[in-house]
Amino acid sequence: MLTLTCPYCGIKSDETELSPGGQAHLVRPDVESDDEAFESYLFLRPNPKGVHFERWRHSSGCGKWFHAARCTMTLEVFGTYSAQTSEPPEHIIATLDERRPNWRQVPE
Amino acid sequence: MSDPQTALGGQTASGLVELSEATPRGMISLRGDLNDATLKSSVEKLTGTEFPGIGQVSAGQQSAACWMSPDELMIFVSHQERYEALTALRDTLTNQHVLIEDMSDARAIICLKGDLCRDVLGKLTPADLRASILPPGRLRRTRLGQVPAAFWFRDETKAEVLCFRSVAKYVFDLLEMASSGPPLR
Repeated sequence: MLTLTCPYCGIKSDETELSPGGQAHLVRPDVESDDEAFESYLFLRPNPKGVHFERWRHSSGCGKWFHAARCTMTLEVFGTYSAQTSEPPEHIIATLDERRPNWRQVPE
Repeated sequence: MSDPQTALGGQTASGLVELSEATPRGMISLRGDLNDATLKSSVEKLTGTEFPGIGQVSAGQQSAACWMSPDELMIFVSHQERYEALTALRDTLTNQHVLIEDMSDARAIICLKGDLCRDVLGKLTPADLRASILPPGRLRRTRLGQVPAAFWFRDETKAEVLCFRSVAKYVFDLLEMASSGPPLR
């Protein structure tokens, strides 16, 4: 069972109290982008076996969206953080660098 | 004036715990900036208690303020005084972006009484119910069975479950079922 701590109300919520919101920190190509960029945004997402940044909503709780960094292979949770950010905060990156030194490498 | 009708007409049941639907209660939902000083003081003035911290219920004799989310409070007042309370809040919080709504008829409250409240609720919710995590005076929004609900303990033998009026019957039946059967310990 996946348990995430909501950064807004501090409650440790299990998966059944949360709603998944997909990949976090996506950047939508703007109107001047070409079709390839848009295709890549829509369909060609990297799906590494390892570190993922995800959006979650505390739907059976305070109702707020937040972000979580976790490993999809071991279900290890590296941390949760506010959704009011466009990139992972420093303390999450520091944890990842320590626990998964190769996390930035995109697999083939 | 017509009599207030609660969702279950004051239904009661007994088993491991005593279940009863609460008498009509004024419930006001307040959304806005909870860090605003005017908002804080007007809530404190209304309930006569301290402004609740994160996840807290700040309960007085007749009224209470419950922290529901970073921008939402649920305020309990007596059923007769709900319009006065609503007007008082609306008159005070004029210069800010707030939502103040009377939710008295949109919610149901079911009271649990007995030593086994935590055991009965524990059958229905994934929430951590240990007294160290959820002491009296702390509100937990979660789910009961399939529906969203919130509960808090007034003290170790009294709990209150707050749910949508539309699912009050379902929640009561769940609690009654969880509360039936032989004692757990």
